[in-house]
Amino acid sequence: MTAFFQSLGMSYDWAWFVATVCGILLIALPLMLVVAMTIYADRKIWAAMALRRGPNVVGPFGLLQSFADGLKVFLQETIIPSAANKGIFLIAPVVTFTVALLAWAVIPFNSGAVLADINVGLLYVLAISSLGVYGTIMAGWASNSKYPFFSAMRASAQMISYEVSIGFILICVVLWAGTFNMNDIVKAQQGHLWILNGFVFNPLLFPMWVMFLISSLAETQRAPFDLTEAESELVAGYQTEYSSMAFAAYWLGEYANVLLMCALNATLFFGGWLPPLDIPVLYLVPGFVWFLLKVLFFFFVFSWVKATVPRYRYDQLMRLGWKVFLPVSLGFVVVVSGYLMLTRYAV
Amino acid sequence: MIHVIAFYLFAVMTIASGAITILSRNPVHSVLWLILAFFNAAGLMILVGAEFIAMLLVIVYVGAVAVLFLFVVMMLDIDFAELRAGFVKYFPFGTLVALVLLAEMVLGIGAYKAGAIQLGTPDGTAATPAGTTNIEAIGGLLYSRYLFLFEAAGIILLVAMIGAIVLTHRQRGDTRGQKVSKQIARRPEEATFNVKPEVGKGVQL
Repeated sequence: MTAFFQSLGMSYDWAWFVATVCGILLIALPLMLVVAMTIYADRKIWAAMALRRGPNVVGPFGLLQSFADGLKVFLQETIIPSAANKGIFLIAPVVTFTVALLAWAVIPFNSGAVLADINVGLLYVLAISSLGVYGTIMAGWASNSKYPFFSAMRASAQMISYEVSIGFILICVVLWAGTFNMNDIVKAQQGHLWILNGFVFNPLLFPMWVMFLISSLAETQRAPFDLTEAESELVAGYQTEYSSMAFAAYWLGEYANVLLMCALNATLFFGGWLPPLDIPVLYLVPGFVWFLLKVLFFFFVFSWVKATVPRYRYDQLMRLGWKVFLPVSLGFVVVVSGYLMLTRYAV
Repeated sequence: MIHVIAFYLFAVMTIASGAITILSRNPVHSVLWLILAFFNAAGLMILVGAEFIAMLLVIVYVGAVAVLFLFVVMMLDIDFAELRAGFVKYFPFGTLVALVLLAEMVLGIGAYKAGAIQLGTPDGTAATPAGTTNIEAIGGLLYSRYLFLFEAAGIILLVAMIGAIVLTHRQRGDTRGQKVSKQIARRPEEATFNVKPEVGKGVQL
């Protein structure tokens, strides 16, 4: 895109700048639309599994429900509690929302269609996902209220715990792909096992994917790990004191994070923009479509889990993270690197 | 052009947020400003081409260490009057630390100007050999030239970690931990039974 703007007679610096801004808008605006529609889809799926109808009033099949909700919160009054720490209270939702969008910069939507094709792509994703916790902690502390504070404590402990095992799982993927670049990781999955595209078909990496899926549920604080906003004990957790657009920012940020985790599942284990089978006919369909289908499939899985699985107790959550996932993923790092040493590199 | 703007943005933000970290009265605000300083320092490192170190800075310091800082500081019940009372007492020692740091900085700049260490070049380009990525260059050095130092650092950290766990671990006899294997092995027939109690009589469990 930089070259296109350069052809319009701009200097390289300006062309790069304009191209990057266009790229950001091209990713962020459709993403917001998709987030609005996935909120609707989430409610519909959840309703279907509970034998309810779900939103069906606004627009055909209730399709415009999310936009109606958005308009509603937009028109609400913004309430700042008098005991709150105002600056941090207002910055916290902005942090959550921004961080949820940041990591999309390195997600490849098609072959080479990525905003920042950097060498440390996967590390960048890890870095950004480790920032996600700040929105929650800051909200919990700045609200100066008990339930949000409990929620913030839970969130920080939970996200740190699961990031450790996610780190080890990603190391396995990186070892196999031999690169941190997201686009190259996708390419490394082509024809991984016979004609199957994707690391998930690898017997050594399949358990890693199962753990990654569960960890990504915990990382995005979705059910069954939604202890941070457990409505039966903490009202709504860190969002309790928020209203209006600040609340909407949390809402959108949360779903953007969920979609990001779905995209990571698709990119790292299911071959991203590659078709599921390595057959020439399937490459006629644009990679973007495959990527979107995979992301939406994982979103369905997330909703499915939310509708069916009861919430974990906090000590069970910690036990799963530290006593099960951490040792198993650490063991798999050793096994995977040992296997690669044996088969791929001559000593 | 954009590089220059980005450099001054990150540099000014790093110094400013570092200063506010020290100056702000609320410790939680201090930690948050410190996080901003880390973040901008990572931005500076990206500008000199050390993207791997920059990402590690964000992952390790911002993602883990600062969260724990924040965790602890938020839980503290701090008496601000008492904090300020200690100022005079700690002032000489604080000055000493500041002087040592200043001397180190002057020495470091002197050594860098003298060109004794080939870490980077003064015009801002990285010292990474052309054609290799950061990760390859660092990995190549760590696992060949500095292998023993690297392993030694790993062992020291492992010993420190185990030491911390041993020192803080208390064995309590009265805890009733969850035994998952026992729960899974339990069958309905051992856990439930049918009784027909007569009216007015209880059930012996």
